[in-house]
Amino acid sequence: MADVVIQASGLTRKFTDVTAVNALDLRVERGQIYGFLGPNGCGKSTTIRLLTGLLTPTEGEVEVLGYVLPKQAEALRQKVGYMTQQFSLYQDLSVVENLRFVARIYGITGAEQQQRIEQLLQQYHLENKAERRASALSGGQRQRLALAAAVVHNPQLLFLDEPTAAVDPENRRDFWERLFDLSDAGTTILVSTHYMDEAERCHRIDILEQGHKRAEGAPEQLMQELPCEVFELRGDGLRNVRKQLMQEQAVLSTAQIGQSLRVLVNKQQQQPQQWLEQQLSGEIDVQAVRPSLEDVFVANTGTRHVSRD
Amino acid sequence: MLAAIRTWAIAVKEFRQLSRDRITFAMIVMIPLIQLMLFGYAINTEVRHVPSGVVNLSHSAVARHVIADLQASKTVNFINSYDSVKQAEDALRRGDVHAILYLPSDFLRRFEEYRLGISQRPVAQWITDASDPLLSSAIASLRQVPLAKSGLQSSNGFATPFRVVQFYNPERRNPVNIVPGLVAVILTMTMILFTSAAIVREREQGNMEFLINTPVQPIELMLGKITPYVVIGFIQTAIILSLGALLFAVPLPENIGSLLLMTLLFITASLTLGLLISTRAQTQLQAMQLTVFILLPSILLSGFMFPYDAMPVPAQWIAEALPATHFVRSIRAVVLRDALWWELWPDVVFLAGFTLLGMLVATWRFQKRLD
Repeated sequence: MADVVIQASGLTRKFTDVTAVNALDLRVERGQIYGFLGPNGCGKSTTIRLLTGLLTPTEGEVEVLGYVLPKQAEALRQKVGYMTQQFSLYQDLSVVENLRFVARIYGITGAEQQQRIEQLLQQYHLENKAERRASALSGGQRQRLALAAAVVHNPQLLFLDEPTAAVDPENRRDFWERLFDLSDAGTTILVSTHYMDEAERCHRIDILEQGHKRAEGAPEQLMQELPCEVFELRGDGLRNVRKQLMQEQAVLSTAQIGQSLRVLVNKQQQQPQQWLEQQLSGEIDVQAVRPSLEDVFVANTGTRHVSRD
Repeated sequence: MLAAIRTWAIAVKEFRQLSRDRITFAMIVMIPLIQLMLFGYAINTEVRHVPSGVVNLSHSAVARHVIADLQASKTVNFINSYDSVKQAEDALRRGDVHAILYLPSDFLRRFEEYRLGISQRPVAQWITDASDPLLSSAIASLRQVPLAKSGLQSSNGFATPFRVVQFYNPERRNPVNIVPGLVAVILTMTMILFTSAAIVREREQGNMEFLINTPVQPIELMLGKITPYVVIGFIQTAIILSLGALLFAVPLPENIGSLLLMTLLFITASLTLGLLISTRAQTQLQAMQLTVFILLPSILLSGFMFPYDAMPVPAQWIAEALPATHFVRSIRAVVLRDALWWELWPDVVFLAGFTLLGMLVATWRFQKRLD
């Protein structure tokens, strides 16, 4: 049995008027890349702050790396890394100065510090930017610096709060290469995102909405077990078709994607393809397609989400 | 050991950031320079050249003599003469003049009576704009002067029963009092301002969330933050005192140790006050407002501008709560009277206690939490 890094049960956090995280159960195993997928305001950041001990839970229990939070948060600090949503290093310090500062904070000094920083600069492709101020870095470089700073002390567990929100796709891919490197080396990573492609790279994800967990599992598994059939419709007058289909109880969602209309039909509907074709008039081509993670997300969130009980 | 490394890390980082902020760095030097020049030359409680008017209905030689004598005293400067008291009062209201010398038409007879001791009736009248008490009391001091100087003996003139010996500032020059006090004001301003923004800035720029997730402890953060400013405080003190000696011949203290100790105590007290503000304020603007809230009483109540002894007792209590009061008092003692630090032990105790208590409260208030 793989050992458990994060164990939470009934985790709840209420702010004055909203419940940001509602009765969340969580179990993260060592070496996993675990994703929180959800829209803005779904409680991803709050959950991460609860798991790092920055926030005190209103209810529920959390244990991270064997430390009970928030009581033992201080002992945990030395063993976890945290990359905040907003760039949180010093803009007016250079790359090396920032890294040196973080290293000292973690008590890494002398030759060890020198060696570690050189290694990080190399790993994160920042060697020729070493003397540049953080404020003068591009979005991707800044992201790599932030990640380098978060892993200076070789943490066992890494929290990343929307790490690539401000980064172009190419840099995002590169950034994820680094994460897989870390994961291979045994680091457990917990990452929050609202990008489907990012969530798809995780070993396991939670889909969060308004503080509730809507679905959980490996992305592949979630796509296979989707309780919907997905169809792509092509033809004329798709806007009207969409309006018409939304009247139907069995249709969970419709979304126009370029020239086609993507329709999610509840699996409880008998022979969904035939049923769908019956609903349609005119020259419209219906084709069953493989569900994507976005379909999983759509099927599990919003007012029409599939009931899971 | 780890604690020392982390404190050092914060201090180095803070110093680097400070040295990159050119405007702030320039201000560290420019604020004491400019304010020293400004206040050293400008602040003067000795009233001179008060623009005045004269209503002379006497037209006698004696009257002209008296006016010339008064003009020669340099306290007043007669810039206009008026035909009637009404005209002169209008000028006073407009602010053209701040004092009017009224010599009535029977001035000569009154003067004669006064000289011979026949009558105690006043000879002439000063009408002053007493809305500024400092100004009008300067005029009031002219009551005796001219008649004696006119070479006309007044019969009730008496010899002064007391003799005054002026210690420490025999020439009664203002800069001697202003310059050491200015150290207090400038340190209050820069020290509180820098640190009050220090923690709020980290919070505003998003550094804090990262920082509180590291093993750094609140006390290490606080100490690391203030260390660079202690150095800066000493630089500013050196600038003010050395320029004060150069430009205004303000004496330098014989006992440098006492000066350094008192300054160090005051710098740390002010920095602690700034940190306290920083743990309270949510934005840099709020920090700024709170700083001004402390700064004004530090200037006005500390004894820097107005004598402590002249204030009502409740105001003195408030003044006693301000570190600036204790420092104004003790730095004047050290610089001007060559006092030694242990002679100033109440101020030493207050400033050290203030720092310790403030540091404790700031550390206690600073939570490594977001809720």
